[in-house]
Amino acid sequence: MNVWIAIGVTAVGCYVVKLTGLLVPAGFLEKPLVRRLAALLPVALLAALTAQQTFADGRSPVLDARAAGLAAAAVALLLRAPFLLVVAAAVVVTAGVRAMAG
Amino acid sequence: MTSAGSGLSLLQTCALSLLVFTGASQFALVGALAAGGSPFTAAAGAFFLGVRNAFYGLRLSQLLALPRAVRPLAAQGVIDETTAVALAQPTRRSARIGFTVTGLTLYVLWNLTTLLGAVGARAIGDTDAWGLDAAGPAVFLALLAPMLKTTTERAVAGAAVVLGLGLLPVLPAGVPVLVAALAAPAVLWAEGRRRGAGPVARAADDVPHGQGEDR
Repeated sequence: MNVWIAIGVTAVGCYVVKLTGLLVPAGFLEKPLVRRLAALLPVALLAALTAQQTFADGRSPVLDARAAGLAAAAVALLLRAPFLLVVAAAVVVTAGVRAMAG
Repeated sequence: MTSAGSGLSLLQTCALSLLVFTGASQFALVGALAAGGSPFTAAAGAFFLGVRNAFYGLRLSQLLALPRAVRPLAAQGVIDETTAVALAQPTRRSARIGFTVTGLTLYVLWNLTTLLGAVGARAIGDTDAWGLDAAGPAVFLALLAPMLKTTTERAVAGAAVVLGLGLLPVLPAGVPVLVAALAAPAVLWAEGRRRGAGPVARAADDVPHGQGEDR
């Protein structure tokens, strides 16, 4: 049930945000500071999420095969690999390290 | 695929893609739920990731000049890719076509791959053994990387990582990521102070080119 609540709240919230942009009069959100903040919010969220989903298990910090996978993804990104290849690199390396570690 | 690996049912996974249709938010929600977050903190994180779509909508409403009646329908298609395509068109007509075609194509493909991924993950069984738990963070990293253009973005990312990891053991699940979001206003504020009383000088890029969210 909790999952459905989360899905519902997210769906409504994300839709309202999209619609707001289309309906709100221009100039309302066009202030430089507001736009700057809107550009930086995803940076903060994505960075925190990346770190948490790589270096934590639930609420405790861990260092496991995922770290190697993320490093592989980072290398792929530096080499300007396409999106799917970046994700594939992370998955394959993580699985490989896990298999080797037994 | 990742979502099926973290305890969502097939129906829930597909509903998420059909209803939310903005990739980063979906991954964030799934990750937060898997980590044991409450539905509301999980949804809040996903919501803040979706806020940028409002700014896309703002640009698009001027560019496309859609009739009011169409806007509620068009709204669901306001995402990174459709905005990028529409903004790249030379005329209003081609922008409308670009927006519609991109939106519909992505909507169909995104939901088809979600279904295939969810069914596939079910068939695989233990998704962790296949390293699929690394797919989520890799997606986030791929979305994040093109955004790290200046020291400001890097400072925000660095502070968010420290906050997000450091607060993990002390705050309830799902909350640390919301606190980490405060790195954005904090760094902006510090930057503004350093520059003296003036307003934040460098206005945001128009639609941030690097924010392409691949799906």
